[in-house]
Order: sequence, then C-alpha cells, then structure tokens
Amino acid sequence: MSATFRSGLTAFSARIARRVIVLFAWIVTAPRSFWNGVAPLAVPRVYFANHTSNGDFVLLWAALPVALRDRTRPVAAADYWLTSGLRSFIGRDVFNAVLIDRRPDHRENDPVTQMVVALDAGASLILFPEGRRNAGDAPLLPFKTGLYHLSRQRPEVDLVPVWISNLNNVLPRGHVIPVPLMCSLTFGAPIRVGADEPKEAFLARAEAVLFGLAAPRSAEVAAE
Amino acid sequence: MTDPVLLRLLLGTGGVLLVSTFAGAWLRRRFSADGTNAAVENFNTRVSAWWVMVIFVGAAFLLGRTTLILLFALISFSALREFLTLTSKARGDHLALAAAFFIVLPLQYWLVGINWYGLFTILIPVYAFLFLPVVSALSGAPRNFLTRVSETQWGLMVCVYAVSHVPALMELQIPGYEGRGLRLIAWFLIVAQASDELHYVWGRFLGTHLIAPSISRSKSWEGLAGSLVSAGLIGALLYEITPFNPWQAGAMALVVALMGFFGGIVMSAIKRDRGVKDWGHMIAGHGGFLDRLDSVVFAAPVFFHLTRYFWSSV
Repeated sequence: MSATFRSGLTAFSARIARRVIVLFAWIVTAPRSFWNGVAPLAVPRVYFANHTSNGDFVLLWAALPVALRDRTRPVAAADYWLTSGLRSFIGRDVFNAVLIDRRPDHRENDPVTQMVVALDAGASLILFPEGRRNAGDAPLLPFKTGLYHLSRQRPEVDLVPVWISNLNNVLPRGHVIPVPLMCSLTFGAPIRVGADEPKEAFLARAEAVLFGLAAPRSAEVAAE
Repeated sequence: MTDPVLLRLLLGTGGVLLVSTFAGAWLRRRFSADGTNAAVENFNTRVSAWWVMVIFVGAAFLLGRTTLILLFALISFSALREFLTLTSKARGDHLALAAAFFIVLPLQYWLVGINWYGLFTILIPVYAFLFLPVVSALSGAPRNFLTRVSETQWGLMVCVYAVSHVPALMELQIPGYEGRGLRLIAWFLIVAQASDELHYVWGRFLGTHLIAPSISRSKSWEGLAGSLVSAGLIGALLYEITPFNPWQAGAMALVVALMGFFGGIVMSAIKRDRGVKDWGHMIAGHGGFLDRLDSVVFAAPVFFHLTRYFWSSV
C-alpha cells in the first residue's frame, strides 16, 4: 500500500467514524443546547467545560452545530491518547485533538504554545480546566492555570463557559456501557482575562461563571 | 401486497393534516402576520411535527409487521430515555438501568415478535420487578433504595410494558379478522391521538372549568366532554376497519379516550412533581415522545385486554 493510499484510507475512515460518533452521541443523550448570552458563531474561541465523564468532549463536540464542530479541536492528554493504535486513531485522526503532555519533565512542546498555534490557525478549542475528571461530590474542582496562560497570550479570544449536565449519570467513572439519558449543555456569556487581572482572581471568576450556568432550569416550569 | 385500507387511512390522515396546514396558514395571515401570536405559531409547529410523525408511522405500517414492532421498540427507547432522566438514581443503579434499556426492552419486543403471550404479560411486572432491584442491591448503596427501584420500575411499566401492547394488538387471533391486525392498530392510534388533540382543541374554545388545576392547566371538563364525544364518533365512523360493529366501536373509542385522559393527567402529575413542563424536546411544539404518548400508554393495555377478552379466540 502506498503512503498516499494509506493516509487517504485513514482520512476516509476518520470521516465515517465522526459521523458514527455524532449519531451515537445523539441516540444516547438527545443533547439539548442552550445558548444563553453567546451565539453559535464559527470564530476561533475556547469552550471550557466541567469534566465529570470520559464522554464530555465527545458530547460537547457532537452538540455543536456542524459548521462549528468541523473547526473545533479538543485539548487532550497525549500520555493517554497516544498509548495504542485505536486511541491514537480516535484522538488524532477522528477528533484532530490538540495532544498535550501532562508530564512537565517528559514534554517537548509547551501545552499553552500548542493551543495558541491551533487558535492562530483558526481552530476553536475544547478545554477542561479542572484537569481531570471530577468523581466526587463537589460540583467543580479548582481550575488549573492553563486557561489563564492561554488567555494572557490571546486576550482577544473569547472563552465560552459550557455547563454539561447529566452526563455523569450516562457514563459514570469505571463503566463502559452508557445508560441513555437526556443531557443538556448550557453555553454562557464569554469571558476574557482583564489587562492586569491577577491569576487567582481570573481563575476564581472563570469558575464562578461556569458554575453559574449549573442552576437548575426550573424557572421555565410555568403552567402547561 | 399493501393493504388498500391502510393506504386509504394514510391518505385520509394526510388530508386532515393538509386541511390543518391550510387552516394554520390562514390563521397566521389573519392573526399572526409578524409571527407573534403564540397560540397560532404553536398550532403551526404542532401540525408540522404531525406531518413528520405520520410519515414515519405511515411508512412503518406500509413496510409491515416487523418494521412496526421495531418502530415501537424505538419509541419505547426514546420514552424510557426521557422518563429515567427525571427519576432518582445512584451510581449503584448503573447496571440495572443499562439492563432495563439493553436487555428488558429488546426482550419485551422480541416476545411481541414471536407472539409468546404468556411471557409477554409477565416479563416486566414479575421478572424485571424482581431482578433489577437485586442488581441495584448487590452494588450496596441503600440510600433512597425503595424510591430508586420503584421509579425505575415505573419507567419500564409505562414506557416499555404499556407501549408494547400497541404492536401486540396485531397478534390477537380474532375470528373473521385474520391478517388485519395492522388495521386495528391504526384505528387505535387514530382514536387515541385524535381524542388527545381534540381535548386540547375543545378546551381551547370552551374550556373554563379545569379538572385539576394544580396538575394541568389544559385539562378541562369541557375539553374532556368534547374529546369523549368526538373520539366516540370518529371510532364509530371508522368501524369498518375494526372487528367491532358501530356501537361497539363507539364504546371502545370512549374507553380509549377516557383512558387517554387518565394517562395525560397521571403523566402531568409526574411532570409537575419533577418541575418540568415537557418530558423532552425532540418533537417540536409537542415536547418529548412521552408528551405525545401519555394517552396511548394508559389506553393500550386496557384496549388490548378488552379486545382479547371479548373478541379473540385464544
């Protein structure tokens, strides 16, 4: 097999896999997106969301309108996604993930630089600033600093908070069979780092903005 | 090989929708030129969604028995997905919930397909009832246990057990009515859905006395009376496609409409308790699958058993 044929075949399978994954995500979760204070525009931006399940970035990506989805790349851990052939196919070819190394002593590229390069090339990013899956009872873990450093380098890029609800019931930690339940995603008004905003203040603000979207939407319960 | 009666029914339903579509366009020109009259806009959205539903269900009817069973299995799946989204659950219930979706649901529809009536009627009320709580208990989380397992069982009864009685109608052996089970399902669905929509229409024009205001703002005594009378008439007029004579068809339609009303009010009580307006969002203007299905859910088993007891040979 020639190299071009191989890469063509990989690209083709990746396209099929994307379709299948989107369909699967819709069958399992029937996702409903609320765009509150932000419009679904295809411009480079950073979606930052809560992280309770392995399916988080898949659902966020699948729930985006197709014009946005095609240019949106999840930021994921290279030390997880490059460990096997299948994972690497899904991480690199299917999702075109920005693969960063979480281990400072191992890495050759600075994660923030990698994200900046992707943004400059016109991509949007999906980022989970908690850094790892939240398996506890706290609604949100303290944010890592990546979001702050990224925003300092590209202060004109909007950071869009996205609250993903119910996915932890669909696919809790330690399970591989998802239970079909409806999920919703609330996209909130974007934030940017202030000119001389300290790191801690910015991260606290980002956490508050994201958690602010988690309020139960019982307000819409009017009379039938 | 398509039953010409089914084709005519489908064309007739299309005709009703066509009239509704024109009426909606006229209403919009007259009362909602700028698209701001919520009632008119909602009417038009509902009619559009009805076109989609009738095309899907109609296609399944024309493709025959297996497709119709598969369609109702998919409807059960979507309904259960909506119902269990709102029920209490804990991490320890994950396997039991997965079993409800991927073992109990397919098994129930497989039993419809092979016409194993004995197991079909007890699979969920007996075996799922006994074994799913075992799966949850083995995970060892006692908090809210009874609430969790009861609500899961309720979801299965409503979304899978009750709904599966619709395709099961075609397995009834009625002397002189062999091979025409699909017509009986079509009659049942038309009566159940018409009574539900007509309750809404009558209530909209005449409804002043609410039956249970804290549970539903759209169920009125006037709507109920109008829905019972009109459903009875529709059922009697369509008697030729059933094994019933006109009087029997009218009486059966009354039962279906009354049970449909009961289903609507019970499912509304659950929604009010859980603080949601609709079960879902997949059917524009209607809400979720369960919002369209609540009348069918309560009517199907009763209609099934009445028909089986009085008309079937086994």
